[in-house]
Amino acid sequence: MTMERRNFLKLLGAGAGAATLGLAGCASTSKPKGGRKVVVIGGGYGGTIAAKYIRMMDSTIEVTLIERNDHYISCPFSNLYLGGILPDLSSLTIKYDKLAANHGIKMVQAEVTGINAAAHSVTTSKGVFNYDSLIVSPGIEFRTDEIKGYDAEIMPHAWKAGPQTVLLRKQLEAMKPGGTVVLSIPLAPFRCPPGPYERTSMIAMYLKQNKPGSKIIVLDANPDIVSKKGLFLKGWKKHYDGLIDYRPAKKVTEVDNKNMTVLIEGIEEVKGDVINIIPPQKAGHIAHVAGLVGPDGKWCPVNPMTFESTLKKDIHVIGDSSIAGAMPKSGYSANSEAKVCATNIVARMNGRELTEMSGVNTCYSFLSAKEAVSVTGVYTVDKEKNAIVPVAGSVGVSPDLSELEAVYAQSWVKNILTEMSS
Amino acid sequence: MRIKWSEMALALSALVVSTVAYAMPPSAAMLSNACAGCHGTHGASAGPSMPSLAGQSKVFFIDAMKKFKSGERPATVMGRLAKGYSDEQIVAMADFFAKQKPQAQNTAVDPVLVAKGKTVYDNACKRCHLENGKEFEEDTPIVAGQWLTYLQIQMNEFQSGARKMSDKKAEKVKPLTDADWEAVAHFYASQK
Repeated sequence: MTMERRNFLKLLGAGAGAATLGLAGCASTSKPKGGRKVVVIGGGYGGTIAAKYIRMMDSTIEVTLIERNDHYISCPFSNLYLGGILPDLSSLTIKYDKLAANHGIKMVQAEVTGINAAAHSVTTSKGVFNYDSLIVSPGIEFRTDEIKGYDAEIMPHAWKAGPQTVLLRKQLEAMKPGGTVVLSIPLAPFRCPPGPYERTSMIAMYLKQNKPGSKIIVLDANPDIVSKKGLFLKGWKKHYDGLIDYRPAKKVTEVDNKNMTVLIEGIEEVKGDVINIIPPQKAGHIAHVAGLVGPDGKWCPVNPMTFESTLKKDIHVIGDSSIAGAMPKSGYSANSEAKVCATNIVARMNGRELTEMSGVNTCYSFLSAKEAVSVTGVYTVDKEKNAIVPVAGSVGVSPDLSELEAVYAQSWVKNILTEMSS
Repeated sequence: MRIKWSEMALALSALVVSTVAYAMPPSAAMLSNACAGCHGTHGASAGPSMPSLAGQSKVFFIDAMKKFKSGERPATVMGRLAKGYSDEQIVAMADFFAKQKPQAQNTAVDPVLVAKGKTVYDNACKRCHLENGKEFEEDTPIVAGQWLTYLQIQMNEFQSGARKMSDKKAEKVKPLTDADWEAVAHFYASQK
């Protein structure tokens, strides 16, 4: 029995082998040097690093980085501004000029409007860009449709650092002493698993120092604290006893902006003077437009070694938008994933064998002005499961609150932002 | 083009094994680039409490990682992260960082302490930390040009006993005062 080749390929395309087919053929599809193009969408923790490392590893590849803003503000550490440790967001703001000049990256400040996977092109407000490989690193978008009446101008999310963070800080400053802050945490997975609990600590610190008699009510949609539970509870008890009212399994489904109340599961009402709603999340907008989102309708399935989409050939998704197995949705993960993706795009373009991924995550959270805790992990690929898994022993949290970790955390943010911007 | 079923089955089985099976184990660069989020691109640290790994002695790097892994050297995150790597991988990373060009940082130092530190260095340190700390011997690290904060943290750990010293080092530093330690930190940090 014989079969047409295209039918054979179709058969494969329908099965689990689809994602690997393009890669398995990679050695034979390497392009001649010159004219090879990578386009990167998103100038955050993932995109900047992917662009930079591709250029460092092979300067004959043309790299274009498309970002809608002329700067980027780090979400990690932005809670410290809410707490008053940082006077403003300037130390968390990076520009792209040095990065572009040092590595010969073409920066394009534009809004991406579409991706044509078949034509290998990206449409933007500043024209069309063709690519051989595309890296999409768009961060998150909010599922605001799941919270009836949600208005970020009244109840800020502050989960993308910038004007939203400033708005929340101003609301805290304007609040009368003895007031109530409400913080709503969505069901996991969301960007930065320990982030909401660090924010709780930082807001509590601010209230303790500036707004006597105030308190914070934390409405967590999750059945329990998602990350570093023991350490957060210890820190809250030590520094903010009686100030934090933590309530698990409380999912906010509706808000009343006029009366400043939130509704849990449409029934229970909670009133606040300042209300910080962190809405449930999904992959960045462009990932949905481009058809990169998996059957869950939220996140992008990828090959664990190349971060190539399992849905669209030659498009890679890194950072918060991707389903990266055991790696959490953190800035450090995005940085690490970008390097794995860059390494294997360069290998593939040069007809070399792929390299197994090795990734790291290190996430610090502040409990007070001087104490921080961390979670770490080293990640690899489980060949049988074809998934990213932690290396035994490497995943763990700090044994206790630590002043030294706060010092290291400050250098972490300095290093990682320097790496992104130079 | 026509393909026979038997050939197709063979091709299919090869493809289903997936790319992972065909990939090389993580290269030294793949392993080491993951460290840069904290230690800077190619190990050139921009953060004052984080050591630069660029140009570091291979022997020292391996020794440090093994001591982090076993818990012998005090650590925060490194005690956990070091457990994520095999001995072979640690050697590969040591090799990668040893080959990187050291980058001088611009840490602020006190010139009076630098001068005092030079005297302390000449008396107590220079037999192992060669060439003003720019060269190494056996398992001593290159300490010249590291950030002042990093050096101070390490010296505190030696002084408190949290970080164990070799017998030789313990003997040499016995006469040093707190001010001497601080001065040597300034001296090393001032070296380019």
